[in-house]
Amino acid sequence: MIQVKGIHKQFGDNQVLKGIDVDFIPGKTNLIIGRSGSGKTVFLKTILGLYDPDQGSIHYGDEILGQMTKERRKLLRQELGMVFQGGALFDSMSVAANIRFPLDMFSNMTEHQKDERVSFVMDRVRLQGSGDMFPAEISGGMQKRVSIARAISMNPKYLFCDEPNSGLDPETAIVIDQLIQELTHEFNMTTIVNTHDMNSVLEIGDHVVFMKDGYKVWEGTNNEVLGSTNADVEEYVFKSKLFKQVRAALRK
Amino acid sequence: MITNFFEGIGAYAMLMSKVFRRPDRWIIFYRALLQEIRLLGLDSIGIVAILSVFMGAVVTIQTALNLSDPLIPAYYIAIATRESITLEFSPTVISLILAGKVGSNIASSLGTMRVSEQIDALEVMGVNSASFLILPKIVAQLLFNPILIILSIALGLWGGYMVGGALGLISFSDTLIGYRMEFMPFYTFYALIKTVAYAFIIGSISAYCGYTVKGGAVEVGVASTNAVVRSCLAIILANYVLTDLILNA
Ligand SMILES: Nc1ncnc2c1ncn2[C@@H]1O[C@H](COP(=O)(O)OP(=O)(O)O)[C@@H](O)[C@H]1O
Ligand SMILES: [Mg+2]
Repeated sequence: MIQVKGIHKQFGDNQVLKGIDVDFIPGKTNLIIGRSGSGKTVFLKTILGLYDPDQGSIHYGDEILGQMTKERRKLLRQELGMVFQGGALFDSMSVAANIRFPLDMFSNMTEHQKDERVSFVMDRVRLQGSGDMFPAEISGGMQKRVSIARAISMNPKYLFCDEPNSGLDPETAIVIDQLIQELTHEFNMTTIVNTHDMNSVLEIGDHVVFMKDGYKVWEGTNNEVLGSTNADVEEYVFKSKLFKQVRAALRK
Repeated sequence: MITNFFEGIGAYAMLMSKVFRRPDRWIIFYRALLQEIRLLGLDSIGIVAILSVFMGAVVTIQTALNLSDPLIPAYYIAIATRESITLEFSPTVISLILAGKVGSNIASSLGTMRVSEQIDALEVMGVNSASFLILPKIVAQLLFNPILIILSIALGLWGGYMVGGALGLISFSDTLIGYRMEFMPFYTFYALIKTVAYAFIIGSISAYCGYTVKGGAVEVGVASTNAVVRSCLAIILANYVLTDLILNA
């Protein structure tokens, strides 16, 4: 299980994270929602160890990230998968090579086992037959799938996704959200997803953390979001006409 | 400005200490190395060849015009041409050209990987991204640039031979006599030392400029320009220092 305690992070004079505590629920999809610029990406990258927090600690099980030895940290990294906002696919490599990359770098599998693993993961995200294409040749939705496939190729315990459905049409966005949800349950991963999209929250938010200006302002389940009386949540959620109508209907 | 410069030097040194580490997987390193040799080395042969032939021709013409004294034997033109090409034109001028071609390539490819989070993706997986991406580029140049420079010297001398003879500035046979006379193998060795130093400068400075990009496409462009400018300045400075140290000792 991942716990963060009192995380602060600033860049120069810009205080981005201002003391955040969250217990992420194991085996579930944990969503971090907030408007853009609220610090979601910095938060996620701090949990991953790409940025060191100025204050506070990040706990993986009963270990603290900042106190791990280099070797332990390297092993932990093999238990993490990350889907970056833009996909971050290696554009000099084919789709299959991207997915195979972590296996080549870190696993002791035989070539045959790697082939099998790659084709299993590709099937799982419905990318059959696209292995020889290059990232620049495939659609945004497919790039996201490749990125997800690469993230889960080492069978990680923890999956992180930074706005996995940004830049996708609503239909594809829902498919990607559902894929993340399915994989989380199927492989019993602890998943943390950044989003600014209320649809994702309602669709897959087993546990929802609401961020604003570097603070956590609300926490609950997707079923509780629409009924929340928290002023910040209300302001964010009911900004759109659609959700105002939903609220009106709910209150009737 | 001055503090920026020293901060930059510090960050550069830190990056290099991350680069020179044992690769996680040798087989992957060798594959990357071969690819970089193709991209940064083999793909530069064409431009190096063309430049060298013309450079040799121009040096011969200039030298011939300056030494057109009946008291000086014609083969002196060839000796002077040989020394200029070996000592200065091939190693330094060609390296400056490579700084432009290879340096901008390295900086823009690393910069693009940085801004598209590909470098973060490597780090998340537990790959030492600095070593993984930069070491093959530097090693490829350390290995291949000497070959390019030897080729350049050979083609430069050939260009001088052909043009000098064709224009009647110096006979073909006098050129051959001059090229062979008082040949100092040490000068070739000196050219190679300079080449290796320049190869490291181009590889490491351009990689630093690209790897540390922050922002987007515009910043990648700026980094690529910076890579070329800084590599060229460093080469010129190193040329002065090495010449003073080695030849003037
Ligand atoms: N590497 C960085 N260096 C300096 N400032 C940064 C960096 N990354 C993010 N920031 C700043 O942190 C703030 C939050 O950014 P971010 O986490 O990307 O927001 P979100 O992902 O919620 O849209 C922004 O003001 C941004 O400018
Ligand atoms: Mg973000």
